[in-house]
Amino acid sequence: MSKAREFKNYREVVVGAVSELAREHEDIVFLDSDLSSCITSTSFESEFPSRFINCGIAEANMAAVAAGMSATGLTPFIHSFGCFASRRMYDQVFLSIGYAKRCVHIIGSDPGITAQYNGGTHMPFEDIALYRQIPDFIVLEPSDGESLYELTKQVYFAKKNSYIRTPRKGVEFRYDERTKFEIGKGIELHDGSDVAIIATGAVMVDNAVEAYEILRKEGINATVIDLHTIKPLDTELILKVAKRTGHVIVCENGRYAGGVGEGIAAFLAKNYPVKMDFMCVGERFGEVGNLSYLKEAFGFTGEHLASMCKELIK
Amino acid sequence: MDQQTLKMLKKEALDTRIKTIGCISSFGSGHIGGAMSIVEVLTYLYYKEMRIDADDPAWKDRDRLVLSKGHSGPSLYATLAKKGFFPMEWLKTLNKGGTNLPSHVDMTKTPGIDFTAGSLGQGISAAVGIALGLRVQNSDAYVYSIVGDGESQEGEVWEAAELAGAQSLDHLIAFTDLNGQQLDGYTEDIIPMHHLKERYETFGWDSYEINGHSFEEIDEAVSKAKSVKGKPHMIIMHTHKSQGYIPGEGIKANHSMTVSLEKAEEAIRALKEREGAV
Repeated sequence: MSKAREFKNYREVVVGAVSELAREHEDIVFLDSDLSSCITSTSFESEFPSRFINCGIAEANMAAVAAGMSATGLTPFIHSFGCFASRRMYDQVFLSIGYAKRCVHIIGSDPGITAQYNGGTHMPFEDIALYRQIPDFIVLEPSDGESLYELTKQVYFAKKNSYIRTPRKGVEFRYDERTKFEIGKGIELHDGSDVAIIATGAVMVDNAVEAYEILRKEGINATVIDLHTIKPLDTELILKVAKRTGHVIVCENGRYAGGVGEGIAAFLAKNYPVKMDFMCVGERFGEVGNLSYLKEAFGFTGEHLASMCKELIK
Repeated sequence: MDQQTLKMLKKEALDTRIKTIGCISSFGSGHIGGAMSIVEVLTYLYYKEMRIDADDPAWKDRDRLVLSKGHSGPSLYATLAKKGFFPMEWLKTLNKGGTNLPSHVDMTKTPGIDFTAGSLGQGISAAVGIALGLRVQNSDAYVYSIVGDGESQEGEVWEAAELAGAQSLDHLIAFTDLNGQQLDGYTEDIIPMHHLKERYETFGWDSYEINGHSFEEIDEAVSKAKSVKGKPHMIIMHTHKSQGYIPGEGIKANHSMTVSLEKAEEAIRALKEREGAV
């Protein structure tokens, strides 16, 4: 049974999962870049002082240092805000981690609009596209505490590089402690036949569930998929729901270019073209604000999603 | 260092230079300048200093070398082939399709290459990571790394330097190949790389400045470095780019050069003559 519910917020959940692994597996080390109090990797440091390195405000170096540590047989988990964990350290991740075939797990916190008051400078919309480019990377964006806890543990056993996109603040539990999660296998929350909403991450899965309820009241039956794994894509499930509904809307707290939506559109264009739409960010930078302001500002609401669905199936 | 060892090292260095020229000429061009300037340190490390086993290149407690200036692969390839990490014939496959010896060093392809490099600045970070990883696992192995002077214009080198200093990584011994040249010309005309020894000292390193073509000076610096505890070590080596490939010596455009088989043959003959080896 999962211990995810012992934790108060996403940051404690993700670090808690790494710590649970580290108790069993001595090869696990944690590297942070002066953001350990932000993600609570301070708890890892207290428990495993010799296996924690604060690399300071030097994210690119941290990525290549982690790659070097992995070359000695260790398995580093490293953390920074998603903006720095993607844009700032990208060449190091691409080359020293990806190309050099290391095994490093990167936690990029505060995805998209969840960066809130850190604003446009810190608001990663492009990390999905950047990480999708690197061969053999696993890219995760779990939508609740249970899936974050369990999938974080699973990447260790997958023995592949990974990028985990997670908010830090708050937590919700949409799955119970006995739910089985599998990397690369999306979860079908509803199986309606009129339209399929494929959503990734907490903000968007919440919107999808809300839109489902709105549509249901109007006699429209939606499929809702929690696509916690962005890469590899669950093509089997995507194909199944596209065939069932003929209408697919992809929702991501990230940018259209290179994002999950584009990936799914390309897959369906080749295999089973259907009418599609996308809830995501286009040609726009982030901005400062609280989550509810930003959800409105970017159109990331369940109500908006419901109207997009209705428009699509007209 | 005794005379017999010195003689052996000089002989091996000459042989490595010849094989490096041969390796690059088999492809027709390559980064000969930077490959030739580090031959003494490579020879010293692999023939005198490093704890390695060519039959077990992944040995957990081996000493490592991270060639952070990853484009200088050919002289390291020549050294590794001579030490038996892979067949000598591989040297003729440099950069050819399907080769195990790409222009930039690659740990996934070449036995004996301890880390992939090519994007300047990353190798030294990885070397710091390897030193940290070995320390976490209580290994007493040493990590060596060779950084370019032009490469040291990359900010990441200094990020790595500050972390290594902060972590007191005394099993990290790095070298800067201070040959004064980079792709576009002389560092003096682009970004002068002055006071490197002092820069490293301010980052908490134990630092030396030597003639990088002198085995005696390399030996003295490495020996001293190993006696200093609690600090990483930087040995700044004054070198000449293209040292031993005479057509490239003393010229500006010697970073990557065309080296035909005929040119190589002539250059090897001239080098042997200069070294009194004919």
